[in-house]
Amino acid sequence: MSFSRSRLAVIGLAIALAGLAALSLMIGYVDLSPRRLIAGTLAGDLVPQRILLDIRLPRTVLCLAVGAALGIAGAAMQGLLRNPLAEPGLLGVSSGAALGAVLALYTGFADAFYLALPLAGFAGTAIAVAFVFALAGRHTGATTLILAGVAVSSLCGALISLILNWSPNPTAMSEIVFWMMGSLADRSSRDVGLALPFIAAGAVLLLGCGRGLRALTLGEDTARSLGIDLGRLRFRILVGSAAAVGAAVSVSGAIGFIGLVAPHLMRPLAGGDPGRLLPLSALAGAVLLMLADIGVRLLHGGGPELKLGVLTALVGAPFFLVLILRTRREMP
Amino acid sequence: MSVLSGKNLGVAVRDRQLIEGIDLELRAGELTGIIGANGAGKSTLLKALAGLLPCSGRIMLDGRPLQTHSLNGRACRIAYLAQGHSAHWPLPVREVVALGRLPHGRGDGPEDAAIVDRVLRATDALGLAQRNVLTLSGGERARVMLARALAVEPKVLLADEPLAALDPAHQISIMQLFAAEAAAGLAIGVVLHDLTLAARFCSRLVLLHKGRVLAAGAPREVFDDTLLAEAFGIRALHFEHGGLRLPVPWQLTGKNGKPAGGDPVASNSAAA
Repeated sequence: MSFSRSRLAVIGLAIALAGLAALSLMIGYVDLSPRRLIAGTLAGDLVPQRILLDIRLPRTVLCLAVGAALGIAGAAMQGLLRNPLAEPGLLGVSSGAALGAVLALYTGFADAFYLALPLAGFAGTAIAVAFVFALAGRHTGATTLILAGVAVSSLCGALISLILNWSPNPTAMSEIVFWMMGSLADRSSRDVGLALPFIAAGAVLLLGCGRGLRALTLGEDTARSLGIDLGRLRFRILVGSAAAVGAAVSVSGAIGFIGLVAPHLMRPLAGGDPGRLLPLSALAGAVLLMLADIGVRLLHGGGPELKLGVLTALVGAPFFLVLILRTRREMP
Repeated sequence: MSVLSGKNLGVAVRDRQLIEGIDLELRAGELTGIIGANGAGKSTLLKALAGLLPCSGRIMLDGRPLQTHSLNGRACRIAYLAQGHSAHWPLPVREVVALGRLPHGRGDGPEDAAIVDRVLRATDALGLAQRNVLTLSGGERARVMLARALAVEPKVLLADEPLAALDPAHQISIMQLFAAEAAAGLAIGVVLHDLTLAARFCSRLVLLHKGRVLAAGAPREVFDDTLLAEAFGIRALHFEHGGLRLPVPWQLTGKNGKPAGGDPVASNSAAA
């Protein structure tokens, strides 16, 4: 029963996503009707073509990919740690990326060449994850893994604060702070080219973890007695989410709540199954981020664009609170 | 025929030796009870036999060293029923039980469904099939988790305190189920705390004390007063019924094996 329900949900979400993506292509700061935009692009008219293909298309594709990356990594992390409060950044993946990027902004390396900033972020993720693994070891339980992740995350957070502290001038500081709020504005196809392969590879790795996560529902000993190699599963999830989320954060900055809320929303539709939750959560993450990104563009009233991460947290936090209260009422 | 056996098994965590020098054999068609005081090493032994803990010594499964079996090969042959029956997500009971089919493939074919039905019926849990596993009572959950282990259709079942949280009726029905599964050829090793049920249903008992085997054999031999005093620090009353000698734990013994407190009734009532 729940299987067909989750299948229906996948189809529904995919349709919604296609609609939102189309809408996202039509919305922007240049007042151009959809008909003129499409007709102009097809006719080879330079202005509509550049608006559609160079500005709105990369933004839409990135939004889709980043949302999906956060959603699927959140679901995988919650399944691995068997905790509905786990989020993709718990094991240091996003704070590593943030530290890398902030360091690049601080040193000026970010301006060295076009993709310097995301590359620095990605390097930060890789180092943070390697650190978590070195701390936790391959054969330890979930608790040690969380502790190692929290330790690395806190260290990254402290180093970011230190950099802000040392920041030479207010401009550099605001640049860093703005980056950390997360945004998809002004991204190009080169950002897409950098992030998309890693997000796709990470998502493929994570999608293959369904069986292990399903077995893990009954605890680590039972999962192992069912033939699951837990060390390999952990490694796969950590590498998969590092690739997906590291790439996402590197191009978009820190965007919270998507990775936490998407699995939470989809869990009933997945019939509680952490394996079926993976694709559903990816789709839901993409839908949510697409909604948020359309939102920041629609809310734009002439001033600076609202940062995406600010909106997701602003809407996400109360929403999450309502979800928790509802769950508590259903299951005291 | 021995399906799973351990020779000279030892498990150490840092400098603490949890179990040491244990020989044990689980044979097809036999229900073997593993008993002993808290901390005697029962769960450690069970996990070691299931291949879940690194241990010294030699474990043979189906005539081959355990290590030479693939993870999946082990999972198809040994079902392990963990203590505590943890479940983390709101899955329907039927899907939880179907997890037992994972080692055999995807676990959602018609053959798998028939097996799931059979084990749900055997554990008296068919009526729970559509329920959310998180909403079950302790007793219901215990039965569902046992059904999950039986769904593996293993050669050996290792169950860690499957009777905890069960009412007397379900305790008896689960022990009857174990006996029936053993009679049908399954080798079962079960950790028990209820000595009376152990004496009644198990064909063999292994009594652990401080990480070693204190005694092994038929219940009648193992439930010896001296052994009970040494292993549990208790004295038991013994009832003879239907050719069985059933111990009922009665009082604590003092340091030298003598009753700790005077109980004039106890010494005379041991004949039923």
